[in-house]
Amino acid sequence: MSVKLTTRQVGDVTVIDAVGRITLGEGASTFRDLIRDLSAKGDKKVLLNLGEVSYIDSSGIGEMVSGFTTVTNNGGQLKLEGLSKRVKDLLQITKLYTVFEVFDDEADAIRSFV
Amino acid sequence: MAETEHGKIYESHVLLNSTLDSVDKAEEIVLEAVKEMGFEEDDGHQIGMAIRECMVNAVVHGNRYNAKKHVHLDVDATPTQLTVTIGDEGEGFDLGSLPDPLASENLLRQSGRGILLIRAFMDDFDLHPRPGGGTEVRIVKNLSRP
Repeated sequence: MSVKLTTRQVGDVTVIDAVGRITLGEGASTFRDLIRDLSAKGDKKVLLNLGEVSYIDSSGIGEMVSGFTTVTNNGGQLKLEGLSKRVKDLLQITKLYTVFEVFDDEADAIRSFV
Repeated sequence: MAETEHGKIYESHVLLNSTLDSVDKAEEIVLEAVKEMGFEEDDGHQIGMAIRECMVNAVVHGNRYNAKKHVHLDVDATPTQLTVTIGDEGEGFDLGSLPDPLASENLLRQSGRGILLIRAFMDDFDLHPRPGGGTEVRIVKNLSRP
């Protein structure tokens, strides 16, 4: 199973709920396409909920970084919530904890956007 | 599987096509050995991830999806050590040419983290030219028994 992405609006924050695997191929490209669509629409506050993501490979990590750059270059912010221990470990290993703002609680994440 | 006279409890040598389906196939084969050896679930997850990263490198960067080229997968397991060798038939690869993915100027690069993850998840990693052409990666995971 690759990733299934749905979006919902919480105030002015667009929350992306991801379910499944973000890996090379369909999963990574699905995420890339959605981020491009959101940026084209002018969405600047994006929260990626990874609570139901079971697996991310280096290509998936690359797409998340690329998404971060796309949103940031558009004057926006991309933050993460609901990371499993395994995904947190990946961010530690790759030092991307220094890049992404990560939240355990969605309400805290929503409040953090300025 | 019973232990052989060479101490192996699992052995597999497979030739795989240069497709992303082979990434799944390789992971499936290695996870059979992982199960046979009795690794913990988290170790199995990390080994599976390392295999997928090696296979993606072989299929995508080594063989460049060339249908005429194959990926050579060798899996050997003793009761305490899993050794996996993955070889491609590509143009070769210089590990030294890979930018450090942890350097601050590279943190926002989209690619280049696969080998970092393989090294983090496995106990030993060696990359060398494959006899006959291409690149061969040998990775090892040790099983500590209580």
